[in-house]
Amino acid sequence: MFRSYKSVAGAVAALVVAAGLSTGALGQSLELKIMAPAAPGGGWDQTARAMQAALTESGAVKSAQVVNVPGAGGTVGLAQFVNAKGDGSQLMVNGFVMVGAILTNKSPVTLEQVTPIARLTAENQAIVVPADSPIKSAKDLAEALKADPAKVTWAGGSAGGTDHIMVGLFAKAIGVDPTKINYVPFSGGGEALAAILGGKVTAGVSGYGEFEGQVKAGKLRLIAIAAEEPVQGIDAPTLKSEGIDLAIVNWRSVVAPPGLSDEQKKALLEAIDKMVKSNQWQETLKAKGWDDAYLAGDDFAAYLKNEQVRVGEVLKSIGLVN
Amino acid sequence: MLDSVFALAQGFSVAFEPTKLLFALIGVFLGTAVGVLPGIGPALTVALLLPVTFKLDPTGSLIMFAGIYYGGMYGGSTTSILINTPGESASMITALEGNKMAKAGRGGPALATSAVGSFVAGLIATIGLALFAPWLVEIAIQFGPADYFALMIVAFVTVSATFGDSPLRGLTSLFIGLMLGLVGIDALSGQARLTFGVPELLDGIEVTTLAVGLFAVGEALFVASRMKHAPETIEPVRGSLWMTREDWKRSWKPWLRGTALGFPIGSLPAGGAEIPTFLSYTIEKRLTKHPEEFGKGAIEGVAGPEAANNASAAGTLMPLLTLGLPTSATAAIMLAGFQQYGLNPGPLLFAERPDLVWGLIASLFIANVMLVILNLPLIGLWVRLLAIPQPWLYAGILVFAAMGTIAANPSPVELVMLAVFGLLGFVMRRYDYPIAPMVVGLILGPMAETQLRRALQISLGDPMALIESPLAATLLAIAALALVAPVLFRGLSRFKAEED
Repeated sequence: MFRSYKSVAGAVAALVVAAGLSTGALGQSLELKIMAPAAPGGGWDQTARAMQAALTESGAVKSAQVVNVPGAGGTVGLAQFVNAKGDGSQLMVNGFVMVGAILTNKSPVTLEQVTPIARLTAENQAIVVPADSPIKSAKDLAEALKADPAKVTWAGGSAGGTDHIMVGLFAKAIGVDPTKINYVPFSGGGEALAAILGGKVTAGVSGYGEFEGQVKAGKLRLIAIAAEEPVQGIDAPTLKSEGIDLAIVNWRSVVAPPGLSDEQKKALLEAIDKMVKSNQWQETLKAKGWDDAYLAGDDFAAYLKNEQVRVGEVLKSIGLVN
Repeated sequence: MLDSVFALAQGFSVAFEPTKLLFALIGVFLGTAVGVLPGIGPALTVALLLPVTFKLDPTGSLIMFAGIYYGGMYGGSTTSILINTPGESASMITALEGNKMAKAGRGGPALATSAVGSFVAGLIATIGLALFAPWLVEIAIQFGPADYFALMIVAFVTVSATFGDSPLRGLTSLFIGLMLGLVGIDALSGQARLTFGVPELLDGIEVTTLAVGLFAVGEALFVASRMKHAPETIEPVRGSLWMTREDWKRSWKPWLRGTALGFPIGSLPAGGAEIPTFLSYTIEKRLTKHPEEFGKGAIEGVAGPEAANNASAAGTLMPLLTLGLPTSATAAIMLAGFQQYGLNPGPLLFAERPDLVWGLIASLFIANVMLVILNLPLIGLWVRLLAIPQPWLYAGILVFAAMGTIAANPSPVELVMLAVFGLLGFVMRRYDYPIAPMVVGLILGPMAETQLRRALQISLGDPMALIESPLAATLLAIAALALVAPVLFRGLSRFKAEED
C-alpha cells in the first residue's frame, strides 16, 4: 500500500514540475518548434521528443513542441523546413539516413540549404549471424562473400539506408564488387530481426541496440561492430581490428532553417549546448543506449560535408544513384 | 505452463494495485477517444504521452499504453459502423456490414456485437498470450518470405467476398487498388515508381487516406447528390438497442472463428491486423445461414472481423514482449517506451522483469473488462449521432475526415489526394462499383509483391523456393482449393439436379 501512495506522489510531483516548467519560470525566452521528419516512434521522433524534454527541463528554452512530418526518408519534412527561412525558433532532427535519402530520392532540396547546428548522438552499427551459423567471425563472412557475393544474403533496413550503405562499404573494403551484393531490405527492424532469427538470411546489419537482447540471450552471434575503437560493454571486435577497413556510425543531428543571422545561430547553439550538458539529456542517452556524439557549429558543418561526399560515392558504387 | 499460471496470479496482484487500475482506466478512456477520431490513432497518442510519463513508474505507464492500444481498437470500429468512416485500415471491413446495419436502425446491435466480440476475442487472445507466448513465437519466426507470400495469396482469394454482385466490377476496383499500391519507392530496389516528382508520393499512398476518401468523402458526396431527388432515410433506432437472442445466436461462432484467425496471424512478425479481418469476413459470408443479408447488414460480418481485429492486437504484443519485435506502429512506440525505462524487450525480459511483463498481461485482462463496461453504456449515446440532420452530420464527417488526414500527414498533397479519392468514391458508388476491393488491393498488393521478390532474391531466382516450405505449400493448396471448390460444387449440384 505504501508503495502505491509513493508512486501517486511521484506522479503528482512530475505533473507539477512539468506544469511549472511550461510556464517558463526559469530559462530563456526561446519558444522552439522541433520538426521530426518521420512518423512517431522512430529514431528521429524519439530524438526530437528527448530534446523537447531536456531543453525545457534544463531551462535552456521557454518551451518546445514537436511536429511530425513523415515521408520519404525525411525529405518531405526537409522540403517544408527550408521554407522557414530566417526563423530562429525552429529546429529539425535529421541524420545519416537523410543524407542517403536526399540522393536516392533525387530530392530537389538538399542539406546545403539548412544551417547545421550540432551532431547529437550516434549508434554503433553491428553485424550478426544466426546462432547456429557456420560463420564465426567477420573474416569468415568476408571469405564467404569473396567466394560468391550473391549467395551471402544480408538483411537490414530500407534500400539506400545506413545498413545498405554499410554492406556496400563492407564489400568494397574486402575488394568485392559492391553491385554484386545480395541485400534484402526490410521495413522496420522487427521484420529484419525475425528473418535473421529464423535463419532466412546469412547475416544481419543494424544498430547494435536492435540486436542487444537477442545477442545476450544467445540467439544471435555478434561478429563485429563498425566502430573506430572497441566499445566498452559490447563484446565484439571492430571490423578494423579484423583487418577490414570500415568504420561507420548511424549519427543523428539537429539543424536550423536557412538564412539565420549570427545572433540567431548563436542563441540556438547555446540552447543546444546547455541541453547536451544537462543531467536529463545524459540520463536519456544512457536509458536509450545512444552514444554522446556532440559536435557543434562549424566542426559539425565540415563533418556533414564529408559524410555527404562519402555517402554519395557509396550509393554510386552500389548502383543506387547514377 | 503451471509456472505461467502462477506468474499470472502474481501479475494480477501487481495490476490490482489502485494506482495501476487508475492508469489502466486512463488508458482505455484515452484509447477509446482517439480511436473514435479518424487520423489520431493509438500510435500518435502513445508518442505524445511518452515524454510526460518519463518520470512515472514504468509498470504503470506501460499498463496505460496497453490500455490505449486496446481502447483504440475498440473506438476505431465505432466510426466505421456509425458513419462509414474507418479510423484505421483494420476496421474497414467492419464498415461493410456495420454501416448498413446502422442505417437500418440496427446500429445498437452492431456496436454491441463488436464490443462484446472484441471483449471475447481480447480475453481469449490474452490467455493465449499468457500461456503460449514462448512457444508460439518460435513458430512465428520460422515464417519466411515464401510463407508470407502464400498467406497473401490466401488473402487475395478471399477478396471476391467483397465484390458484391458483379465480379467484373469487383476486379476492376481491385486492380485500381493494386495500381495505387505500385506508387512510391520500391522497397527492394529503392527506386521511385509512379511518383511524378511529388515527394509526398515517395512513401506510397496512405491506406487510411484512400479508405477515408472512398468511404467517408465519397459517401458524403453521394448523399448530397441525392438530397433533392431521392433522399435516403436513416432510421436511428429500430427495435432494441441491445442484441436480441437471435443476434447472440448469430454472433458467438463468428467471434470465436475471428479470434482463431486474428491471434495467430497478428503474432506473425509481418502478419498485420488487416488480413485476418478479410479472412474472417469471407468465412462468415460462406458459412452464414443468411447469405441474402450480406451486403445489406449481416451481423456475422461485423462480429467476425471485429473479433479478428482485436485478437490480432493481442497477437502483436507477443513478438514485442518475447523478441522485442515491434510489428505495428503502436507496438514500435511501446518499444520506445520500454527503452525509456532502460528495459529491453526480448527473450530476457520475461526472466529479468517478470513483475512487469506479467503485470502488463494481467492489466490487459483488466483493460478488456473496463472497455466493455465503458463502451456498452455509450452505445445509446453513439447511435444518437445518427439522429443529427443529414446535412449537418455529413458536413461534420467531412471536417473530421479532413482533420484526421492532416493530423496524420501535415501536407496539402495529402488533402488533394483525399479529395480525389472522395470524387472517385462518389463515381464508383454512382455506377455501382464496390469500393472495398480497391482498399484491399492497396493493402495486399505491396505486401505480396515485397514478399514474393524477397523470397526470390534469397533463393537466387529459383521459383521452387515458393513451394519448398511445407507451410507455404499447404497455404497455396488452401488458396487453390478455395478458388476451385465453389466452381466444382456448383457444377456438382447442377449435375445432381439433372440426375433428379
